[in-house]
Amino acid sequence: MRPVRGKRIVAILAAGGLTLAAAACGEAPAETPAASGSTAAEAAYKACMVTDLGGIDDKSFNASAWAGLQAAQKEVSNVDPKYVASSSEADYEPGLRSYVSQSCNFILAVGGLMGEVTTKVAKESSSSQFAIVDSNSGNSNIYPMQFATHQAAFLAGYLAAGYSKSGKVGTYGGLKIAPVTIFMDGFADGVAHYNTVKGKKVEVLGWNKASQNGTFAESFIDQNKGKSVTETLVSQGADVIMPVAGGTGLGTAQVAKDSAGKVSVIWVDQDGCTSAAQYCDVFLSTVVKNIEEAVKEAVVKGAKGETLAAAPGYVGDLSNEGVSLAEFHSFDSKVDAGLKTELETLKADVISGKVKVESASAPK
Amino acid sequence: MTAETQTPAVKKPEPAGDDSFMNVFLRNLWSANNVLLTALSVVLAVVIGAVLIVVSDAEVLAKFGYFTARPSDALSSSWELISTAYSELLMGAFGDPAVFQAWFAGTATWQQAFTPLSETLTYAAPLVFTGLSVALAFRGGLFNIGAQGQAVLGCIVAGVAGFSFGLPIVLNLAVALVAGVIGGALWGFIPGLLKARTGAHEVITTIMLNYTSALFLSWLVIQKGVQAEGRSDAISKTVAESAQLPSPGGVLRVHLGIILAVLVTAGVAWLLKRSAFGFEIRAVGANPHAARTAGISVARTYVLLMAVAGGLAGLGGATQVLGTAHALTPAVAGNIGFDGLLVALLGRNRPWSTFFAALLFGALRAGGNRIQSFAGISLELVTVLQALIVIFIAAPALVKAIFRLRAARSTGLGASLAKG
Repeated sequence: MRPVRGKRIVAILAAGGLTLAAAACGEAPAETPAASGSTAAEAAYKACMVTDLGGIDDKSFNASAWAGLQAAQKEVSNVDPKYVASSSEADYEPGLRSYVSQSCNFILAVGGLMGEVTTKVAKESSSSQFAIVDSNSGNSNIYPMQFATHQAAFLAGYLAAGYSKSGKVGTYGGLKIAPVTIFMDGFADGVAHYNTVKGKKVEVLGWNKASQNGTFAESFIDQNKGKSVTETLVSQGADVIMPVAGGTGLGTAQVAKDSAGKVSVIWVDQDGCTSAAQYCDVFLSTVVKNIEEAVKEAVVKGAKGETLAAAPGYVGDLSNEGVSLAEFHSFDSKVDAGLKTELETLKADVISGKVKVESASAPK
Repeated sequence: MTAETQTPAVKKPEPAGDDSFMNVFLRNLWSANNVLLTALSVVLAVVIGAVLIVVSDAEVLAKFGYFTARPSDALSSSWELISTAYSELLMGAFGDPAVFQAWFAGTATWQQAFTPLSETLTYAAPLVFTGLSVALAFRGGLFNIGAQGQAVLGCIVAGVAGFSFGLPIVLNLAVALVAGVIGGALWGFIPGLLKARTGAHEVITTIMLNYTSALFLSWLVIQKGVQAEGRSDAISKTVAESAQLPSPGGVLRVHLGIILAVLVTAGVAWLLKRSAFGFEIRAVGANPHAARTAGISVARTYVLLMAVAGGLAGLGGATQVLGTAHALTPAVAGNIGFDGLLVALLGRNRPWSTFFAALLFGALRAGGNRIQSFAGISLELVTVLQALIVIFIAAPALVKAIFRLRAARSTGLGASLAKG
């Protein structure tokens, strides 16, 4: 028994070794001079990002912010991006502090939930430049990046009301926080505007703007939760649904896919046909919040040595394309041309201020 | 802790007769005693971790593609990557020599120099309590999977007490800590009672209570009177300053909790070794039937033991919320209960070993933060390292086989784990 087993092990090792050796037979690349690398490293502009709980692959705002840092690196080569992922709220502070001690030139906190702790760390490290998405503390060394998302969500609400056949549309959020409810406010207003213009009675399920109450999945990652919330909305009659819940929203896309065309989805943050391409055929449109572009611009500015003024900071709205309504992709032929032109006029009216869109959560 | 495994071997006359002292010493050093096994488990985990670091780095892995053409490339870059990762881990856990130099030169403050140590102790403090909770229950033959739930309840009660009473300084903190202990003890008492009265297995009941407490917490933090004013997300009011565990502040997050941890460890050690209750625990743990025959009330011991274990875990939760988090959120307890299980396994259910195991886990966590931040290697690596260490500890035969260790002449090893 024993010698046989010994031989078998030797045979396995030999076979494994041969495979590995075969895999390792590639050509060695020519030696590259190391000089070019070192000069770039000297003037590196360290752009460091601390993610929120969703992690770097959340297909939503963390992913967008990280894409922004990488885009900045493509534009200005001395930008050196890196990130830490937070696994709980307790990780925010050590994450930020660690980047202060590494003397990062640009420390980005992603998400309004990090507002307080970022303010605290920024006060104690007054020589470092911070930036934060979806929050504004008023500190002079924090560059705020905020979005008038309700403007784009307003268009989405109008679109949903115009497209709905059942006369009911739905929305739900991941958590009841301002960067989420601002979408829902805009959406509800858009539907209400459609009703006044057309004299119809399209109902919004899942959000009541007046009482600021609605349906929340209490998660940005749990797809099953998204599925069950969506099924409830669908059973109440909604046929267009806007989930404002990051990865949880993928559950909604699945429900829509299973409904074979009855239910369609309005995605948020990044164009759904890029960030969740497998569900592209159920996405009516996307309320785009262009975090990527905002972050990229801020980093590029910083890397070029321009100051990042905390007031007014950056506010993305319809006029500067910071927020927008994405293309219709596979729904292009299904949305009628009249509705499309109405949306174009409405967009111009919102920009000019002719139509006012308001939200309690809007950036001030 | 090793003395007992080594001394009998020296006394025993060797058949060969002409063994020199060095031979005996070396043989015993290389026999499967607990210290050596733990050290080798750590070494094995570090080696496997190194392989994972290399495998997960695309750039270095690409260099292995032409390994036969120019092996130096692959080897030197792997070595560089591995050594950076592990040196960052050590610097993140114990201190960065460069910062110490800067401190001596006057360009950095002493606080900055001691930040890594402070982080290690901050992460270790709650783990000591949850580790002791699991270890103590183990000694009585109970598998307390519920440390997580008990810690969560400790968080809840301590946190609520911390922001509602508004008592004067010191008293406020003491009341909040005691509240945390009571909360945890209650959550331990229930499965203990169920076990003693109905025979319901504590593993099942504690797991279910873990869910209950987690869901209760996420419901509670959004209720009026608990939720922070002006916030619509799930976060409670902040614990009053007088109820927070004192801390140097600024970059140093370490707090009184670690000193409390030392005292409680000493208390648990005394309880197990010297008190009558400790004797009952050990007797019931070793053999409940024999204990019953000897006149010990097994049911009473189970109930009391689970309540004490729950109280310890609750104290862990209380230090988390009064020491570092200062407000309740659904994830406030993090993973301290489940990490406590690992800590207790690593510490072989002995109080002081558990304490040092918690320090090791705290160091790994603090170092892991630095690896992620400085070297860009995922924090998950640390989780994998922790898991690997515990796997090797729990499978001593594997380590013995890998290193061809002689069997130790004591049966102490593994006996405590066999019940798990």
